Amino acid sequence: MGDCPILAYALKRLVLAIVIISVAMTLLFAMIYLIPGDPAKVALGPRATPEMVESLRVRMGLDQPIWVQFWRFYSGVWRGDLGIEVLSGRPVLTVVLEQLPYTLALIAGAISWSVALGIPLGCIAAIKRGGWVDRVVGIVSVAVIAVPSFVIAIYALLIFAVSLRWLPAIGAGEPGDLGDQLLHLILPSLAVGLGWVGYIARMVRASMLEVLEASHIRTARAFGLPENQITYSYALRIAILPTVTLLGVGVGQMLSSAVFAEIVFARPGIGKLVYDSILTRNYPLVTGSVLVTTAFFVFVNVIADLVIGALDPRVRSGFG
Amino acid sequence: MSVLSVNGLTVSFTTDGGTLTALRDVSFDIPDQRIVGVVGESGCGKSTLINAILGLLADNGRIDAGSVLFQNDRELTRLGDSDMRALRGQRISTVFQDPMGALNPVLSVGHQMINVQYRSGRSKAEKIARAVEMLRKVRIPDADTALSRYPHQFSGGMKQRIAIAMALMMEPALLIADEPTTALDATLEVATIELLKELQRDIGCSVLFISHHLGVIAELCDEVIVMYAGEVVERGTTRQVFNDPRHPYTFRLLDCDPARQHQRVRHLPTIPGEIPDLRRRPEGCIFAARCHRVHYACMRTPPVTEVGNGHAARCWLAGNPETVKVTA
Repeated sequence: MGDCPILAYALKRLVLAIVIISVAMTLLFAMIYLIPGDPAKVALGPRATPEMVESLRVRMGLDQPIWVQFWRFYSGVWRGDLGIEVLSGRPVLTVVLEQLPYTLALIAGAISWSVALGIPLGCIAAIKRGGWVDRVVGIVSVAVIAVPSFVIAIYALLIFAVSLRWLPAIGAGEPGDLGDQLLHLILPSLAVGLGWVGYIARMVRASMLEVLEASHIRTARAFGLPENQITYSYALRIAILPTVTLLGVGVGQMLSSAVFAEIVFARPGIGKLVYDSILTRNYPLVTGSVLVTTAFFVFVNVIADLVIGALDPRVRSGFG
Repeated sequence: MSVLSVNGLTVSFTTDGGTLTALRDVSFDIPDQRIVGVVGESGCGKSTLINAILGLLADNGRIDAGSVLFQNDRELTRLGDSDMRALRGQRISTVFQDPMGALNPVLSVGHQMINVQYRSGRSKAEKIARAVEMLRKVRIPDADTALSRYPHQFSGGMKQRIAIAMALMMEPALLIADEPTTALDATLEVATIELLKELQRDIGCSVLFISHHLGVIAELCDEVIVMYAGEVVERGTTRQVFNDPRHPYTFRLLDCDPARQHQRVRHLPTIPGEIPDLRRRPEGCIFAARCHRVHYACMRTPPVTEVGNGHAARCWLAGNPETVKVTA
């Protein structure tokens, strides 16, 4: 243990994150390299002359040996240079960063739904084990886990936006109007997060039941501590740990659900961006978006690890 | 004056296989400032007894009959949940067997020791001071900084001492110690017993000490209760029970103590047979099936026979010590 274990822990996770991103970049580069067809030809279309293709190849650096290309790509990324988008000629990073906040809001909304509903439901199910609440939560959880998020998206759209007209159907809301934007966020984030409400409820229930059997809980009871304190301070704090890890990994899955949600609700965002750029063969934009998404995913998992470190002293000092 | 007086306590559990009578007609007294030991093999109802006293029986368990009188004025079997909770940890404290799991792993030792004092009305600074004082008493090194540390940063023996410190923090009238030394190695066991004895004298509380280690019971306890299959088969002072056992089970139990083997033996002695199925209690004496002195009278349940001052056994032969002591 160093002088400041939390800082050392954070630093360790950060170095690991950089390694992971580097590996992801290498794989991404290899993938682009292995895709059949000449990116310059694809970008210019079938009617381009060989001279035009050749000049674009030189501009894109495709005439260089592969390791030079890799180094340019690799060092460019760490300098924040993800290349130039083919259609508009704008830097890829700028385009991706424009869209990123919408997706971040969507993911944050989905996590909020799943945490705000999943944890209390799982807790209540565990405390009222075998009761009707437990059974209903169990059935509903499995149901929402089983239904794909795009189906939830379409039904949410039909019910709340089309039939009931309670919530707006498409778009991300007026820029600058936070209330309107939040209103537009409710349905898409519910579509992405509802399955996770089920996952988290199941997970919290299982780990709560396990923790409540632990002998330190019996000790706490034998000390006459209030049952609420035992449940929420002594037990939930431990039972929540697997859920934090699950959520960290789950953000990856939420990002892929976000593609559907953004298409169904016609929201801007990374998912929509990737979808559109694949349709238009805008490869630099595809790689750029994937890379930013990967970095975001790794970053979220670092955060999840730090949260676990903050909650669990055993992890913090390198035991557990 | 007794701290705890258990009378005719009968506890049963509803299970898939029928009703399981875990305790039947259990009676004993814990006198003021005395240490009372409970011995018996696994499954004899020791844990059920603790849970029944603490009001922590599992949902399928219930007290069918009997009373548990605390300090002559509170009937624990009829006490409401919140009144019972107010007693636990304050007037009746418990140290459990497993020191590794007894403390919450994600809360600091100080946090947990302060939480235990929540009914004390002390200020936060007083609570901290009290926690440090208790840690010193149980000889935790660097007691001041120990408060900010977490359970995994202590050894097993230290964790058990912290658990003891927590249990005695509110100066309870009764400490229930459920095999507190079983998980510790022999050297630590002796040290922990010494410490417990010292603290008991210091605080002036009574102790209900549960163990299957006869040596520890003999060393520590003033009085002994011998339990078998949920019944008290013999009780008396430690001297009476150990030197002059009146129940064949006690006799065989003492006979099986490895510490009492004077010759090298290939197999340590055991009592043949096993505890009867408590869902189908046999008629008559509960120990009859394994008893080496079983005879026709054992078809009927023997009464508790008082054989000396406070010394009693539930056996037809209790008044006849020489018959009990004959080995089959």
